[in-house]
Amino acid sequence: MRTLIIFLLLFFLLGARALAATDQAVVVGSKHFNEGYILSEIIAQLLEDRGVQVERKFGLGGTLICFEALKNGNIDIYPEYSGTLAEAILQLSRRVSYAELRGTLKEQFAMDLLDSFGFNNTYAIALSRSFAQQRGLKKISDLAAHPDLRFGLSYEFLNRHDGWPGLAQTYGLAVRPVGIEHGLVYQAIRENKLDVTDVYTTDGDIKKFDLFLLEDDKQYFPQYLAAPLVRADLDRRIKKILGELAGTITDDEMRALNAMVILEGRSFAEVAHLFLSEGGLLQSKRQRVGESKWVTLFYRTVTHLKLTFVALVAGMVVAIPFGILAYRVRAISRPVIYIAGLLQTIPSIALLAFMIPLFGIGAIPAIVALFLYSLLPILRNTAAALFSIDPVLKKVSIGMGLTAQQRLRYVELPLAAPTILAGIRTAAVINIGTATLAAFIGAGGLGEPIVTGLALNDTSLILEGAIPAAILAIMTEWAFEGLEKLMVPAHLLQKPTE
Amino acid sequence: MTQIALENISKSYGDVQALQDIDLIFTDDVTTAVVGPSGSGKSTLLQTINGLVRPSRGSVVVFGKPINYQRLPELRLRIGYAVQGTGLFPHLTVETNIALLARLAKWDAERIKVRTEELMKLVNLPLSYAERYPHELSGGEQQRVGLCRAMILQPQIFLLDEPFGALDPMTRNEIQREFLHLQRSEARTIVLVTHDLREALKLAQRLVVLDRGRLVQHGTCGEILENPANGFVHSFFQSQLAD
Repeated sequence: MRTLIIFLLLFFLLGARALAATDQAVVVGSKHFNEGYILSEIIAQLLEDRGVQVERKFGLGGTLICFEALKNGNIDIYPEYSGTLAEAILQLSRRVSYAELRGTLKEQFAMDLLDSFGFNNTYAIALSRSFAQQRGLKKISDLAAHPDLRFGLSYEFLNRHDGWPGLAQTYGLAVRPVGIEHGLVYQAIRENKLDVTDVYTTDGDIKKFDLFLLEDDKQYFPQYLAAPLVRADLDRRIKKILGELAGTITDDEMRALNAMVILEGRSFAEVAHLFLSEGGLLQSKRQRVGESKWVTLFYRTVTHLKLTFVALVAGMVVAIPFGILAYRVRAISRPVIYIAGLLQTIPSIALLAFMIPLFGIGAIPAIVALFLYSLLPILRNTAAALFSIDPVLKKVSIGMGLTAQQRLRYVELPLAAPTILAGIRTAAVINIGTATLAAFIGAGGLGEPIVTGLALNDTSLILEGAIPAAILAIMTEWAFEGLEKLMVPAHLLQKPTE
Repeated sequence: MTQIALENISKSYGDVQALQDIDLIFTDDVTTAVVGPSGSGKSTLLQTINGLVRPSRGSVVVFGKPINYQRLPELRLRIGYAVQGTGLFPHLTVETNIALLARLAKWDAERIKVRTEELMKLVNLPLSYAERYPHELSGGEQQRVGLCRAMILQPQIFLLDEPFGALDPMTRNEIQREFLHLQRSEARTIVLVTHDLREALKLAQRLVVLDRGRLVQHGTCGEILENPANGFVHSFFQSQLAD
């Protein structure tokens, strides 16, 4: 039994090393939304076409996660927007030029903001094309003359300081807009319940619902030019290759690419490949061969199990001794259990985000986070089981002359075993569930399709990860039941009351 | 050699005086029963002998030396200990319960087997019970296993804390007979705590009577029966033996 555990440990540790070892590859990250995936896939495929080895770490949550990952060298490249950098990262209140932004990033963060892809994904004011023609509306300033129009705006836009309040002031608009969930806007316009709304300029839905974007003639909206953001010390050759993408995508084209994924259900890889080949950017005619779904599923499952298992074993190695310590030394029992409980209350996404500055992205921070989550159930069960051992047995074992070590080994731990095992089981199942979120920080596993599916609002893709994860959780329950039967005499197991 | 001597011991828990100025030498190789009403400190007194209770004052001499509280396990291995409700380990079989200490003392398998079987025969336990778990045995059988476990290392001192308290009268009678048989087979100093005076008189040669933590009388059963030290002893005997 002991050899088996050591063997498994070694196996998984080696596995974890292999996961972490990606020596020479250029790591491309992406944010967790449609356009982010497409742009990153374009970057990755272009580099691969030029013979560069690429590792994809896609779907890395939001701006801060990607930026931190780049700063810490966990990724080498990811596509970012100029407006986001100015606003969210540098927190500048004034408008800055692209060149100025580039200089600041280089100076403060040793990052290069390469030339933009060309399109500007900013806010825009949209209405149905036919309606715009009918009223002769072309520019936002034309709106002032039509106070009867019905405005329905997303809540975020309504409240952002660079959203509606400033827009109304700049253009002298006197209407009172209503707030509406963005996902419902398109339908509302089609059914003529609304006239005007806010959109992102590259929304695939603009095409689908045939909306017309009014020109921002007073240049109120900041620019959100998308560009590859790279570490300054990245190989010059690679920067040069990426330079080929400069100015290759217009607003319309980006909208079309987004629509291909959202409306036609094509994969990111397919859309990126189409874009690169149509743009004549591919040199070698290498065809992308996709892995079969089952092979992908297998690898994802193995990665998922590795994350879970390594974290669980580490959790046991730490939590069981601490549980014993909490039992032996009353003074520390409460603090120890409270600290473990505190860790448990940190939301998973937040905990994963905390890990990034410390451990970067990938398998290691995910394992650390899962490890922290597995502490409480194991620790608490260990301590509780030891505390609840029949006092008569404790007294007898002391009175008959067993040393503290002997009592622990021959009496207390065996009696506590069923409860400790139950704690490990809880931790294992929690870990399998939480590990799906680890895909947000590039750890892979069954969370990958879930994260992508969430970005695309694609239920079948979400299920591709969620169903295997659920099955895995059930199988884990079974495995632990079996283990219980092997390790614990039947009469010590609590049976469900009949 | 005097195996057990309590030298002027007192024990208090906060304001509660559990034992007070007890000075007592237990006679070697006989059974001494400690009796008294509940709350008189019988169990506490017993537990001072194997160090489960450390007196607030006075000293406990066992095997000719004051107890070294740093090395209690060593001492306890030489003192058999059995309690009410058996205290058998539910996760171990009968055989492993009995042999646990021998195994920890690194006896060889053959010696363990011989000794275990010898003890089981002595208390009339079928050898076929060896592989059973405690919960599969009746209360009386469990009690017998408890006795075997306490005797495995052939201790010279045997402490029994109401060991037969929870048994029905029939079974108790039977075990008491086996206990007398045991005592004759391996002579040792036995201290028996019981709330049942009849049991004490049947099993023990000597009595220690306690009242509210104080030693009231100590002597052979006959002496005490004939010359109770005071009114308390007299009425205690009257109430226990009358019916």
